[in-house]
Amino acid sequence: MEKLINDFSLGLFFWQAIILVVIIFLLGKFAWKPIVNALEAREEGIADALAAAENAKRELTNLKADNEKLLAEARLERDAMLKEAREMKDKMIAEAKEEAQTAGAQMIAQAQASIQSEKNAAMADIKNQVSTLSIDIAEKLLKGQLADKQAQEQLVGSLLNDIKLN
Amino acid sequence: MYFCTKFLKHKKFNPGMVTIKKSLHLLTAALFALMPLVSNAETPVVSAHDSLHAATTETSHETHGSHDTHAEVDPSSKEFVKAYTQHHLMDDHYYSFFGNAEEHRHYGFGLPVILVDNGLKVFMSTEDFVYKGTVVENGGQYYKYYHGKVYKTDVAGTISYDEHHHPTNEKPFDISITKNVVGLLLATVLLFLGFTALAKTYKASPNNLPKGIARALEPLVIYVRDEMARPNIGEKKYKKYMPYLLSVFFLIFLLNLLGLTPLGLNVTGNISVTVCLALFTFLYVNFSGNADYWKHIFWMPGVPWPMKIVLAPIEVLGMFTKPFSLLIRLFANITAGHSVVMGLIAVAFVMKQTLTTPGAVGVSFLLTLFLTVLELLVAFLQAFIFTMLSSLFIGSAVEEHDHH
Repeated sequence: MEKLINDFSLGLFFWQAIILVVIIFLLGKFAWKPIVNALEAREEGIADALAAAENAKRELTNLKADNEKLLAEARLERDAMLKEAREMKDKMIAEAKEEAQTAGAQMIAQAQASIQSEKNAAMADIKNQVSTLSIDIAEKLLKGQLADKQAQEQLVGSLLNDIKLN
Repeated sequence: MYFCTKFLKHKKFNPGMVTIKKSLHLLTAALFALMPLVSNAETPVVSAHDSLHAATTETSHETHGSHDTHAEVDPSSKEFVKAYTQHHLMDDHYYSFFGNAEEHRHYGFGLPVILVDNGLKVFMSTEDFVYKGTVVENGGQYYKYYHGKVYKTDVAGTISYDEHHHPTNEKPFDISITKNVVGLLLATVLLFLGFTALAKTYKASPNNLPKGIARALEPLVIYVRDEMARPNIGEKKYKKYMPYLLSVFFLIFLLNLLGLTPLGLNVTGNISVTVCLALFTFLYVNFSGNADYWKHIFWMPGVPWPMKIVLAPIEVLGMFTKPFSLLIRLFANITAGHSVVMGLIAVAFVMKQTLTTPGAVGVSFLLTLFLTVLELLVAFLQAFIFTMLSSLFIGSAVEEHDHH
């Protein structure tokens, strides 16, 4: 300890104090402050840039989401339109079908009616002709058969028989 | 230990450093690998009266003027190594690079001696004045150099002693530019060159990348700020103390490194320098102390009043022991490092007989190389610890207490 105190030099202490003060103030003015401020400014700049990038990213995501939403909406609209068109088509086909069916049925009914009436007319005609023919045949037969008396009697007899059977 | 672990925990690599890391590694490796070689070239030599004083403590001090009679100096003797190491650790009024022990010659240059003694007395020191005890006349006064101090004497250079062999001659106030002051000035110039260069790169835009040596300084500045100032002082107030903390950190670091070069400087291992540094920390702490700080010293809150009375002197003592520990720690670490390096260099001379010259030089070289690398770590660590603790003390003085 005594040696330490003996080694202590006030002159060196004096110079060290002056030099330290000079370093603190001059370097403070020309180096430390500009350096510390610049480092801080740089760090702030970096932080700002990062925040801006983050913001941009977020905005981009928002934009993307918006786009997707729009797209989804458009798709929905398209689907709806397609569905509507399909429905309309189906409806039209169905309507046409129904119309055709009714028209067809009508025509068939008409045709049937006309066929029926034709048939009736034909039948009536045939009946007329048959009756005329049969009368003619019967006349001719009767004319032939009723030439003798026996034949006439036989016929009356068979007719009578028939009546009996009925 | 706490700081050590904290230091290691926070040790992370700045991306800016990566590109220059390789070249820096190479450069430092080369520099410090060659250093013991250069250091070994510095032949231990000690002034006759120093070695004599160490070897034969009991010769008459009156004979100090006639050094040439004590020609027998053995550079391989333990006493010589001890004296030489002692001499290296001390401040000096003559800048000696190397010397010749047999001829008592020191090769270097004289430094201005400035004495406050009825006005300023300025003269250049000479080898004879510092190492041979020649009396110098300046402005009608006679001065003699004895054991690192300048005394006023008569024309014959008589120095009288008290019973403890301490000179009783009058000592003028000595503000000489000594070897350590030269070291300080060199460090100041280097700091100015380095950091104004760094500041200049930011002038155009803070996003500019520093070039050259400034590139290596920027991560260190960020390190001081982010590992010492910010966590210890706090986000709001740290900026005010940055000039001091950066100045102290880089001054100590640079002086420690200069101490490892063959310039033979030992500035941070000088008690006057560390006292001054610690005094500045003390002033910074106590001038920035807020009301809470003083209250915690004189009237500790949250303890019963008898304890308050007991605690007050302890806390007052603590005010002084904290910076005192700073100054002793730095001084002791650097002094110890230099002593051991000097001792290991001396192996080359002391072991010459047993190991032959190449063997002794080789052993000395390897040991010194190893220790110099270790000292490189110590150089950083001591600067770190001094700055770290300074910011911790400042932080405790400006801290806002809202609990207890």
